[in-house]
Amino acid sequence: MTATTTTEAATEVAHEAAASGGMPQLDPTHFANQIFWLVVTLLVVFFVLKLVALPRIGGTLANRKGTIINDLAAAEELKQKAVAAEKAYQDALAQARVEAAKIVADAKAEIQGDLNKAIAKADAQIATKSAESAGRIDEIRAGAQEAINEVAKDTAKELVAALGGKADARSITAAVTARLKG
Amino acid sequence: MAGEAQSEGGLSFHPLQQFEVHPLFGEGPIHWYTITNATLWLLIAALAVIGVFAWGSSGRKIIPSRMQSVGELGYDFVHNMVVDVTGEDGAKYFPMIMTLFLTIAFSNMLGLLPGSFAPTSHVAVTAILGFGVFLFVTLLGFYKHGLHFLGLFWMTDSPLVLRPIIAIIELISYFVRPVSHSIRLAGNIMAGHAVMKVFAAFAPMILFSGIGILVTPVSVLAIAAIYALEVLVAFIQAYVFTILTCVYLKDALHPGH
Repeated sequence: MTATTTTEAATEVAHEAAASGGMPQLDPTHFANQIFWLVVTLLVVFFVLKLVALPRIGGTLANRKGTIINDLAAAEELKQKAVAAEKAYQDALAQARVEAAKIVADAKAEIQGDLNKAIAKADAQIATKSAESAGRIDEIRAGAQEAINEVAKDTAKELVAALGGKADARSITAAVTARLKG
Repeated sequence: MAGEAQSEGGLSFHPLQQFEVHPLFGEGPIHWYTITNATLWLLIAALAVIGVFAWGSSGRKIIPSRMQSVGELGYDFVHNMVVDVTGEDGAKYFPMIMTLFLTIAFSNMLGLLPGSFAPTSHVAVTAILGFGVFLFVTLLGFYKHGLHFLGLFWMTDSPLVLRPIIAIIELISYFVRPVSHSIRLAGNIMAGHAVMKVFAAFAPMILFSGIGILVTPVSVLAIAAIYALEVLVAFIQAYVFTILTCVYLKDALHPGH
């Protein structure tokens, strides 16, 4: 009972203090109330954080860290694969180039061989043809000489006859031959 | 209300009225269980903490939603603080320190809403927080280290002659800790809110006097500036309270420095 009375007296004093412009913070009448509700608030917040929020957030953060590490590892692996693939591609390209060069060289050699053969054949044909032609030319030339002799004899005989001479074939031939040789 | 001792020339000064605790429902004396405006804003702070940290994190997404992101930022912030200051073995007390930080930070911030109530502006509240931390770390120190915990006051790296003197100084400073710890928080919050209220009282000067042409704009600008400062203070005081708690906890866990 005495305690209550004291509290009530204190309450009275404090209310007066508050009314006359004192600090409400120093009014002890509501200390118990504030302390009680503060403790309630702290306990509620503490248990919600400890049992629900913090494990959940911590788990999410750890989970995210794991995911990031895994993703980075996977990215690194894919990068290695890409590098290997590029190397394989470059190798294949180089090999293909070498092969292509070889094929080109072979083709060139083959063509050169064919060409040489064709040229040789053509040369041979040309040689045959020119020898043949030379023979013919010689023949024609010889024929022409004979024809000239014939014509010259006939002409000389006719001339002699026309001039009123009588010439025997033998002397005319001899004379013409001498002249043609001359 | 507006009359009495505090009104001059039509202006009414009640810078401390905002700190008054009154029952939320009806009139009458405030019992320990009465729901008051202080209770309301403490519970709103608790609900906000639960909303951001418990409800906001329920998605557990790898790519967080906005609310989840805020919760994770707060988690990392306080967790790093605890581990940096107290070491890895302090991580055990992380939920407790997180509770302190979030309750204080949310109370401070919500207290800045116009018409609201800042529970942390009351020494009764901050003293419980401050002395609670003090009791906890002191008991923890004795529990962990027994009488070796007193080595905190006995500086073995100073000259033997000075050690008793230093021990006395250390002892006094140790017992002053909870006082400064709690008064700092309540004082900062109360002073800022009171200053804002004083400027607010000057703001309607233009209605009563010619000098109001000058006074009113200055008051309004001052309220905006101080409000911005108070937003900073609300966070910084929560941070300071928390990091000091970590420092005290470190002393309890590693009294040998």
